[in-house]
Amino acid sequence: MVSQAWEWLIAGCVLAGTFFTFVGAIGLNRFRDAFQRLHAPTKASTLGIGMLLIASMIAAWQEGRPGFAELLITLFVFLTAPVSASLLAQAAIRRRCKGGPPPPPAPPPIKRDGSTP
Amino acid sequence: MTPAFSPWLNTLLDGALFVMLLSLLLVAWRLWRGPDAVDRLLALDTLYLNAASLLLVWDLRHPMPLLFEAALMITALGFVGTTAAARYLARHAVIE
Repeated sequence: MVSQAWEWLIAGCVLAGTFFTFVGAIGLNRFRDAFQRLHAPTKASTLGIGMLLIASMIAAWQEGRPGFAELLITLFVFLTAPVSASLLAQAAIRRRCKGGPPPPPAPPPIKRDGSTP
Repeated sequence: MTPAFSPWLNTLLDGALFVMLLSLLLVAWRLWRGPDAVDRLLALDTLYLNAASLLLVWDLRHPMPLLFEAALMITALGFVGTTAAARYLARHAVIE
């Protein structure tokens, strides 16, 4: 039997995690271009899964399990989410998506004798 | 094995499962509609993350073994797939 105070804590963490995940999903639909849309899932949904992992870690401790799998998922998600977000931003820049930075200026032409002006 | 939660917490977890399902549907809508491949890839990455969190809530509500290992596998495969596809979209090669 889980005590009442821990149940309140689990309920708060689950509510916050679900809220942030839902906010991330809404932001993914409501933002205008790809660079704005990168914000919503990479921050809000990562925070949401973090809160849910805290809740399930509390539940595991109340059952008497150590909760190593939860800790492993936390470490993995929090290490890999920024990496994949950065790679997605690089891909959006390379593909010249709308809302990105302007393309770099063209390099100066090379003269026939090999010197640049 | 079942963590004897109170009935109100079980009801709250059911509501949380419903909201997670709604957010999965919203992300799937972006996956369907996304104007560029980067948007679709971002939606797919979010779908992986949300599926893992749905499994976490499901494990709180209906505890069963190996659900956490399934969530870990989903996040790992999602990261590898997103990384490879983003590299391919950025420079048309996964490994240079």
